[in-house]
Amino acid sequence: MTVYILQRTLQSFVVLFVMSLIVFCGVNLIGDPIYMMISPESEPAEIERVIKEFGFDRPVLEQYWFFLKNVASGDFGRSFVQGIPALPLILERFPATIELAVFSLFISLVIALPLGVYAGLYPERKSSKIIMSGSILGFSMPTFWVGIMLIMLFAVKLDWLPSTGRGELGTFLGIESSLFTLNGLSHIFLPALNLALFKLSSVLRLTRAGTREVILQDYIKFARAKGLSHSRVINVHLLKNILIPVVTVIGLEFGSLVAFSTVTETVFAWPGAGKLIIDSVYNLDRPVIVAYLIIIVAFFVFLNLIVDILYSFLDPRVRIKGSSE
Amino acid sequence: MTQNNKYELLAKIWSEFSENKIAVVALVCFSIILFVAVFASVISPTDPYDLATVTIMNSRLPPLEEDFSGNVYWLGTDGAGRDMLSAIFYGLRISLSVGVLSGIFALIVGAFFGISAAYFGGRYETLIMRIVDIQLSFPSILVALIILAAFGKGVEKTIFALVLVQWAYYARTARASALVESRKEYVDAARCLSLGNLRIMLNHILPNCIPPLIVVGTLQTAHAISLEATLSFLGLGLPQTEPSLGLLIGNGFEYVHTGDYWISIFPGIALLITIVSINLVGDQLRDMFNPRLKR
Repeated sequence: MTVYILQRTLQSFVVLFVMSLIVFCGVNLIGDPIYMMISPESEPAEIERVIKEFGFDRPVLEQYWFFLKNVASGDFGRSFVQGIPALPLILERFPATIELAVFSLFISLVIALPLGVYAGLYPERKSSKIIMSGSILGFSMPTFWVGIMLIMLFAVKLDWLPSTGRGELGTFLGIESSLFTLNGLSHIFLPALNLALFKLSSVLRLTRAGTREVILQDYIKFARAKGLSHSRVINVHLLKNILIPVVTVIGLEFGSLVAFSTVTETVFAWPGAGKLIIDSVYNLDRPVIVAYLIIIVAFFVFLNLIVDILYSFLDPRVRIKGSSE
Repeated sequence: MTQNNKYELLAKIWSEFSENKIAVVALVCFSIILFVAVFASVISPTDPYDLATVTIMNSRLPPLEEDFSGNVYWLGTDGAGRDMLSAIFYGLRISLSVGVLSGIFALIVGAFFGISAAYFGGRYETLIMRIVDIQLSFPSILVALIILAAFGKGVEKTIFALVLVQWAYYARTARASALVESRKEYVDAARCLSLGNLRIMLNHILPNCIPPLIVVGTLQTAHAISLEATLSFLGLGLPQTEPSLGLLIGNGFEYVHTGDYWISIFPGIALLITIVSINLVGDQLRDMFNPRLKR
C-alpha cells in the first residue's frame, strides 16, 4: 500500500517536472519578450541592460534552473503586461472559475437527473427516444458555438439576461460570489448553462443506464410489493441507488469542467482563470502563461493522485495490478 | 480472398449498416459534405479569398440579399464582404483536412505503440500504457491548450496538438485487440517461419486490428474537428490565413451584439452537421463491430 502511494506520488512529480520543462522551453522559443517590456526604439544599451537583468542571454536550460529555484520560493515571475507577480494574479481569478464550474454542475444535475430517470423508466416511449437523440446532439455540439447562440437568443434578441462579466458580488459566510446577488445570478446563468451542456449528455446517459439496471432489482420489487407509492419508490429507493455512480463520475470529471470553462469564459467574458490564459497568450505574457499552465497541470496531477489513492483503498485489485488493462 | 468474396463481404457489411436508417442518412450527409469540401473551389459561387472580387462595399449583407451587380448572396456576407456560402465551403475543406490528417497521423502513431506494446510486452508495455493512462487522465482540451499556448499557433502545431490528444485512444484500442490476436496460432506460425517482428506486426497482426481502429477513428475524427474549431475560435489553433469553420465562427462572434446573426450561425450549423453525421456513422459502426450486440 505504502509502496503504491509512494510510486504514484513519485510519478506525479515526474509528470509535473516534464510538463514544466516542456512548457518553459516551448514558451521561451516563441516571441521576443524584450520588446514586451521596453519599446523597440530604446537605446541599445538599455535593451542590453534588460536582457542581462532578466537573463534572456543565458541558455534556456540555465534559465529554467533559475525559474525552478524561484518557483520553489513561490515566485513565478512578474506579468509583463500588468507588472504584478503572476501567481497572485492567477490565484485571484480561480474563485470565479470554480464558482462557474460548480453552478454549471448544479444545472446539469437538475436537468439531466429527471430526464435520465424518465428515459430509463419508459425506454419505449417516443419522448424518451427524443431525449436520447437530443443527448447525442448535445454531445456533438461545440460548446463555444452554443454559447454564441445563447448570447444571440437571450441577450441580444430577447434582451432577458446579460452576456458579459460577473455582475455584482455578494458575500456570504466570508465567501465572495455572484451566486449571492440577484444581479450576479443573472450574469452567471447563461455561462453556467453553456458549460452545463457539456456534462449534461453524459450525466443523462449514465442516469438512464443506472435506472434501467436498478429498476429490475429485487428491492424495487419488494418496495412495490409493500404498497409504497410510485413516487416514493422512484424518489427514494431508485434515486438513492443510481446516485452513487453518478456522483463518482461527476467528482472525477469536475476537473475537465474547469478545463473546459476556458472556452465558456472567453465567450462570455467571464473574468476567470481561463479567460486570463487566453488573454495572456494574445499578449505573449510569458510569465503568466508558464505559471498558469504549471498550476493547472499541478492541479490535475494531484487531483488524479488523490483519486488513484482513494481508489486503491476502495478496490484492492487496483494496487495489485498496478497498470491498467 | 477472391474478388467475388470481397464483394460478398462488402454487401454483407452494407446490409448490416443500412439496418439503421438514421445512420444511412448521416452517411449521405457526410458524403455530401465530403464532396463539397473536395470540390469547394469548383462549386463555390465566388472565391471568397480573391481580393479582386471581394469588396468592403458588400460587407454584412443579410442572407438572400443582392449586391449592386445583381449577385445573390444566399447566406449573406461577412464583415469583409465575402460570400458566407463560399467561405463555408472553403472552411469545410480546411476543417476536414486538419481533422482527417491529424486522425491518420494519430492512428499510425497509436497503432504502432499499441501493437508493439502488446507484441513485446514486459517493461516496454508497462511504460507505454503508463504514458497512455497519464495522458488520458488530462482532458483533451487541456492537453491541446498546453501545447498551443506554449508553442504558439499554426497549422502544423495544431495538427501536432490534435495528434497528441488522440494517439492514446488509438494506442489503447490497438493494444487491446493486438493482445488477443498475438496469442492466436497464426502468429505462432509466423514466428516459426522466423519472420521479422516488424513484418509480423504489420502484415499479420495489424490487419486483424483494423475494425475497432476504424470505429475509434471515426469518433476521434469528429472529436478532432470539434476541438480544432474550438481552438481556432479561441485564437490558439489555425492562423487567419487558414479560415476553418472555427475561425469563421470566431469572426462572426464580433458581430453578435449588432444582430448580424448569419455570420456566426451558418458556419456553426455546417460544423454541427459534420460532427453529428460522423458521430452517427461511428455509432452504427461500433454497434456493428460489437460482438455483444450480435444477433
